Amino acid sequence: MTAVAGMTGTEARSFCTRSMQIAGTEVVADRSGALYVPAEHTLIVADLHLEKGSASARRGIMLPPYDSRETLRRLADVVARYRPRCVVALGDSLHDRSAESRLGSVERAEVSDLQTGRDWLWITGNHDPVISADLGGAVAASLHLGAIILRHEPTPGDAPGEIAGHLHPAARVVLGGTGMRRPCFVGNGMRLVLPAFGTFTGGLNVLEQAFATLFVDHHFDVHVLGQNGVYPLARASLRTD
Amino acid sequence: MATRPLIPAPDAERRTPRRARAARRSTPTVLPVPIADWFAAKGWTPRPHQLALLDQARARRSTLLIAPTGAGKTLAGFLPSLVAATGSASGERKGSGLKTLYISPLKALAVDVARNLMQPIVEIGLGLRVETRTGDTPQSRRTRQRTRPPEILLTTPEQVALLISGEDAGYLFADLETVILDELHALVPSKRGDLLALGLARLRALAPGLVLTGLSATVARPTELRAWLAPQPCADSAIQFVDVVELSGGARPDVTILETEDPLPWASHTARYAVPDVLAAIAKHRLAIVFVNTRLQAELMFHELWKANEASLPIALHHGSLDVAQRRKVEAAMAAGKLRAVVATSTLDLGIDWGDVDLVIHIGAPKGASRLIQRIGRANHRLDEPSKALLVPANRFEVLECRAALEAAEAGAQDAVVNRRGGLDVLAQHVLGMACNGPFDPDTLHAEVSTALPYAGLTRAEFDRVVDLAATGGYALRAYDRFARLKPTDDGRLRIAHPRVAQQYRLNVGTIVESPMVKVRIVGRRGASGRASSKPLVGGRIVGEIDEWFAGELKTGDAFVLGGETLRLEGFRDNEVFVSRATAKDPIVPSYPGGRFPLSTHLARRVREMLAEPRRWQSLPTPVAEWLRLQQQHSVLPGPDEVLVETFLHGGRYHMVAYPFEGRLAHQTLAMLLTRRLERAGAMPLGFLANDYAIAIWGLRDLSTMITDGAIDLDRLLDEDMLGDDLDAWLAETSLMRRTFRHCAMIAGLIERRHPGKEKNGRQLTVSASLVYDVLRRHDPGHVLLEAAYRDAATGLLDIARLAEFLRRIKGRVRHLSLQRASPLAVPILLELGREAVGGEAREIALREAAEEMLRGVGLAGDGTPTP
Repeated sequence: MTAVAGMTGTEARSFCTRSMQIAGTEVVADRSGALYVPAEHTLIVADLHLEKGSASARRGIMLPPYDSRETLRRLADVVARYRPRCVVALGDSLHDRSAESRLGSVERAEVSDLQTGRDWLWITGNHDPVISADLGGAVAASLHLGAIILRHEPTPGDAPGEIAGHLHPAARVVLGGTGMRRPCFVGNGMRLVLPAFGTFTGGLNVLEQAFATLFVDHHFDVHVLGQNGVYPLARASLRTD
Repeated sequence: MATRPLIPAPDAERRTPRRARAARRSTPTVLPVPIADWFAAKGWTPRPHQLALLDQARARRSTLLIAPTGAGKTLAGFLPSLVAATGSASGERKGSGLKTLYISPLKALAVDVARNLMQPIVEIGLGLRVETRTGDTPQSRRTRQRTRPPEILLTTPEQVALLISGEDAGYLFADLETVILDELHALVPSKRGDLLALGLARLRALAPGLVLTGLSATVARPTELRAWLAPQPCADSAIQFVDVVELSGGARPDVTILETEDPLPWASHTARYAVPDVLAAIAKHRLAIVFVNTRLQAELMFHELWKANEASLPIALHHGSLDVAQRRKVEAAMAAGKLRAVVATSTLDLGIDWGDVDLVIHIGAPKGASRLIQRIGRANHRLDEPSKALLVPANRFEVLECRAALEAAEAGAQDAVVNRRGGLDVLAQHVLGMACNGPFDPDTLHAEVSTALPYAGLTRAEFDRVVDLAATGGYALRAYDRFARLKPTDDGRLRIAHPRVAQQYRLNVGTIVESPMVKVRIVGRRGASGRASSKPLVGGRIVGEIDEWFAGELKTGDAFVLGGETLRLEGFRDNEVFVSRATAKDPIVPSYPGGRFPLSTHLARRVREMLAEPRRWQSLPTPVAEWLRLQQQHSVLPGPDEVLVETFLHGGRYHMVAYPFEGRLAHQTLAMLLTRRLERAGAMPLGFLANDYAIAIWGLRDLSTMITDGAIDLDRLLDEDMLGDDLDAWLAETSLMRRTFRHCAMIAGLIERRHPGKEKNGRQLTVSASLVYDVLRRHDPGHVLLEAAYRDAATGLLDIARLAEFLRRIKGRVRHLSLQRASPLAVPILLELGREAVGGEAREIALREAAEEMLRGVGLAGDGTPTP
């Protein structure tokens, strides 16, 4: 079930990807934090937060200026593995309204390379309500893909078929005596929230109130990102911060 | 609370300074009448070293005073300031009128000294104002202190950094004449010492002719402290030293090692066997401090003592994880003579003397000769009476170590303080602070910081890199020039770009980076019924703090020991851990990280020498001497410069055990690197273990055969080149390196510290130091902070410096023995618990196993297919 069309095939190990259903549509959660929709040949990444480093530098905290190129390098890696026909950036792709002007020429070229030969859609988010045409690709507030709807911010209450980002879900787990905090996918078969893909993005614990409003019956599954795989973990192993 | 007396007890006048180089006087020092009268009224005579410091001050010469506790060191430091105050106001006021600055590593000590200083000031009738300034001082007073400071201000290194970064620092310190540095030996070999050294360089510039007086306990090489106090001239000149006044160490301490009827444990760290003897010793004395090496040992020893305490002797506990209020209570009870014993960690090592301690019991080996002497000094503060101490080794190796420490104490030998290079992260913080004070000229500031010993010889290129780190983050990619925190002025100086930079600097000042702690609060126990568990948790009192990562490992219902109480975890809320009193018979115990110092180089050498000389075994307890004789029969004992490597089959696994005696940290690094090499050689290692004395590695292939066949060449295996690529590969993944980097990045202000109250919901915004580390290693491997972190790790958590020294020492001196079974010397390490799994994959494996278990639970195989 994990063999995915377009995958390079060398990594058919059992936890490398997780296949699941969202409102009846098959989707594949990748260890990078990206989501692939095989039927639509579409790759989805949430919350790239490009130029977060320089946004921080503007406030006087000199985080490394390499976060955008690192994020794009990892995105290029996952694009090379799936070779999608379409890439959707699920909002907050740019960390703030002036992030685009701070994007270096190397990074711009990388974005342009990634867009070559495929459709590219920027979905707007609260950090990047406006995306200029200079960055290439199309811009929209949401996108319907069959039974699925892609938008940045998840809708409170039930939202069948919704795939969103915005919340940066993370799970805190304690296994074999070691505590760890990792980004994760969180969903209930009807809707899904993607982990943030950006290099310098933090995470919000899935046990926080923000997630309770999305999963009204408190039932959800988490799929935790490891180095080499995506791991579905039992609810009982989750901890608050 | 009688604590650190400033006033000399009327004894020990016969003691004279061993080496008062300062005493160039031909006529006896004359005290001003009011002060001489005051001494006379008390029936006291000023001590020679106190007068010597007065002469030094009159000659305007900086001095290091080395004296054991109880010698009236602090009064000696302040006497010149008191004497000066009796004269007519000399000269014209240039600034705020602040004349004497006293700096202590502990704020409690500053407060205590201030209180004690008031007595002579009031009794002599000196109109001197004395105030303290610490993190606890109210904001209104701190503001006032900048404009209208007292004549004498007592404070901490962090406050000094804040004061000199203020725009008014020039005015504040213009009249400064004297800086007194207390417990200097504890401050110097640390990043706090680096920061203070830089601060003093600035104070010297603000107040030319400033006299520094360092107060120190006995140290191995006072020359290092003397150089630290002196302004260093520009490069290529000889190192400068201040004068020293040294008072020899009082009566010889009376130290014994506990002799016991019971056979000594092989591998324990708890010394549980000795509890009856420890209680008996406590019962025979007024007040004992029971020192242990870790908080965990403190908890265990306290627990065990109370279990056996039939006489109900009042025994208390004191360590850094306990709530401050609780610690204060214990200190007050000690001072009031209400206690018979206090179980303590290094929290009672320094400074204040609470109560009339007449016995120090040391559980476990002291790990270093100086530490032992310092701790023994906590007992008995009269110079002419010997301090009394009892060493309680927890296992057989510790008997050897205690013996070595005792011999070192008798010989007056001390561990050398490592002459350190100042941290570049600390320098970056200082540079920013100096810019907050006002625009600086890089040439001038470089010259100024180079006068501080830790930064003597700092090249201009290095300095410029650090300035760039402070200004823009110091990246190879010049993306941040327009956001620079430091901007050039028209005349080529650098100024802060925005007032916000100064605010950020103030929040970030200091070099102490705490590992995140969570508070532990007592609540009512949740009932066993399901209904009761929905009851909200209502908080009671806070009993202490535990490390965040430790809290993360606990599950509801787990029991652990804190503050001598067995507690049951009830839940988490808002960065607090809720607990109830447990009833479980066998508590699991928190393993606090840190606090464990590795065996010092000096003691390690003494232990190796003792092993190599059988005639010295007579002084050891019979079971220990017997154990070494058995080792001689079954294997060999290594010579003092050799390393013994034994290989044997044990418990179905092929083992390699080596005995470098280089301390736990260097051993951990060595074992990790050797495991990597053995893996490459095809030995299929499965795990390793390191303690202070030995390392053990075990695996699936027969190591004895591999060595005899030549498949493994031990000399090449232990070659210095392991510190190249193997080390580099390991550094990429080890959490020890990440932790070190996090410290550096926070001190340098590259990432923000978490401040209390700010962390909630801030998780989405926080960028972890670990991410920054990974990104820098990939995109900017030459970054100055990676270099700073590597330097720190080399002397700190990874102890690479010591490992390198070891590999050099044993070159061509590796002695290998293939044995039929484990040797007697190997038994302790084979019995140690907590073996580590190999490799950074362990977490991934744990994740995978948890996922598989979960899937099996719902009837699915790991790949999501239904299980048959």
